Amino acid sequence: MSSILVVQQAGRNRISFEAMAAGRVLAQMTGLAFETAAVGDPNATVFIETSGPQPAAAHAIQHPLLEQYTSDGYVLAFEQFIRKLAPAYVIFPHTYQVRDFVPRLATRFHQVLISDVTSIEPGPAFTRQLFQGKMNGSYRHHGEGPCFVSVQAGAFPAAPPQAGTTPIHPFIPEIAATDIRTSPGEPFRASSQNVDLASAQLIVGVGRGIKDAANIPLVQQLADALGAELAASRPICDAGWLPMERQVGSSGQTVAPKLYLAVGISGAIQHLVGIKASQCIVAINKDPHAPIIEIADYAIIGDLFEVVPALTQAVKAAKQ
Amino acid sequence: MKIIVAIKQVPQRDAVIRIDAAGKWIEESDIEWALNESDAYALEEALLLKENSGDPASEVIVLSAGPERVGVTLREALAKGADRAIHILADDLASRDALGVARLLAAAITSEKPDLVLTGLQSEDLGLGQTGVILAELLDLPHASLILQVELLVAAAPHTRIKVKRELEEGWFQEITLPLPALLTIQSGGNKLRYATLMGIKRAKLKECRVLSAADLAAPSGSVVTLASVSLPQRQKSTQILTGSPADAAATLVEKLRTEARVL
Repeated sequence: MSSILVVQQAGRNRISFEAMAAGRVLAQMTGLAFETAAVGDPNATVFIETSGPQPAAAHAIQHPLLEQYTSDGYVLAFEQFIRKLAPAYVIFPHTYQVRDFVPRLATRFHQVLISDVTSIEPGPAFTRQLFQGKMNGSYRHHGEGPCFVSVQAGAFPAAPPQAGTTPIHPFIPEIAATDIRTSPGEPFRASSQNVDLASAQLIVGVGRGIKDAANIPLVQQLADALGAELAASRPICDAGWLPMERQVGSSGQTVAPKLYLAVGISGAIQHLVGIKASQCIVAINKDPHAPIIEIADYAIIGDLFEVVPALTQAVKAAKQ
Repeated sequence: MKIIVAIKQVPQRDAVIRIDAAGKWIEESDIEWALNESDAYALEEALLLKENSGDPASEVIVLSAGPERVGVTLREALAKGADRAIHILADDLASRDALGVARLLAAAITSEKPDLVLTGLQSEDLGLGQTGVILAELLDLPHASLILQVELLVAAAPHTRIKVKRELEEGWFQEITLPLPALLTIQSGGNKLRYATLMGIKRAKLKECRVLSAADLAAPSGSVVTLASVSLPQRQKSTQILTGSPADAAATLVEKLRTEARVL
């Protein structure tokens, strides 16, 4: 039976539920039933709770060699499972794990993953961002074979979780220890995080627009005047201008302050996913078309080297 | 140790991007081009590995597919220290999906029999983030993605195993050991990028840049996934743009943050 398969990732419930929401959008559009699968024990949380209407079927892909994630193990397991199920669409959450193995999996089917999708339109047409969010591209899948799709975090609102009642079918793939060529170690954190941006109420974020390490004090003064924490986009930390622990975005911290003031940050999606939960976003940027402007509540279009000192003065004046 | 780095030329970060008349792609004629950022880190990692390999026969080869302009970016990589370059001359990359492009690259890589293939994690233009991982499958190599550091586990040549530091989400990392040959996709920020020296630029002019035509590589074309159209994103929120002099805009902003948004 041709169906829509939504693959959930254990331990990543929120984005997995968003993938379920995307699956339902596609199910309504195509009239196909939707099923779900995940690697892990049938008692794993990913199946105890579900989001929205119950799927037509749930599959637990189980094998001792899948207990620790490896690309080789997952590709082999999902290749066998998908050949058996023969779904029309396979939808994944766009996590680092999915980025690591699904392009390889899709290649086994002579298919190409439509990655990081933000919306699905009739056709179906899949929208994803191009040029770091400056443009959208509309993609289509042609021919036979499953269409592989991954969905961006936050793009498809997840329904509230409820108890899962769909019976769970186990699937045991054939994997040998010699199939797995890499030896992964346990995940670790680099250093203790001394800066807790996650609980900060006011954050000033600085990006490439600051141009040079010597200009960092300019934004530090604004942060000090506001009583805010200073944060940065990835390039600033890559360059060593601020420590890694101040990085906000998909590879850094996720923040949810009352105010996020983005200075010279264009707003690549990797940064935006880290600040989306902010109550109020302000952008100071010279480019009126920068993606950060799209999601900001307030924006000043101009030279940050003029605007930031003026803002520092205005904040100080307001506090007197 | 033979290392191939697959790199991509993309529009410069500050480039003003306009949609073309057909609404299918961007207007390329007046764009300045540059090396994709994570590919620059992949090249840096390759040059460091060559220097640390203790093997005078070590070699770094840069590989790119695209029209004639791509030659400039390859020459810049040679100036930074790559030993030779392979340019797959192709004007029709837009008609190939990620698998189609990876097939071209794989066809050029196979005959070189490298110990290690590196690519950047993701391109700044299409942002598919897949070419490296697809290449690993086409070349039947083990791979690891989002890599920040690479360590040679055998002190002298032949190098048979490496240990890599992989970035996970939200500040977590993981170490992975892989046998060689292998493929890695490199994340930005793992090393400090070097600049081309004047001597490097001079030497680059004498280095080999082999041009292959896409037709010679006998890589199947055709796409299962196509980009049907491009458009500007719709505004998600109504953004208030505050105008006036910097001082006026700043004063208005503080006032609105206090009284309207109530976050100060």
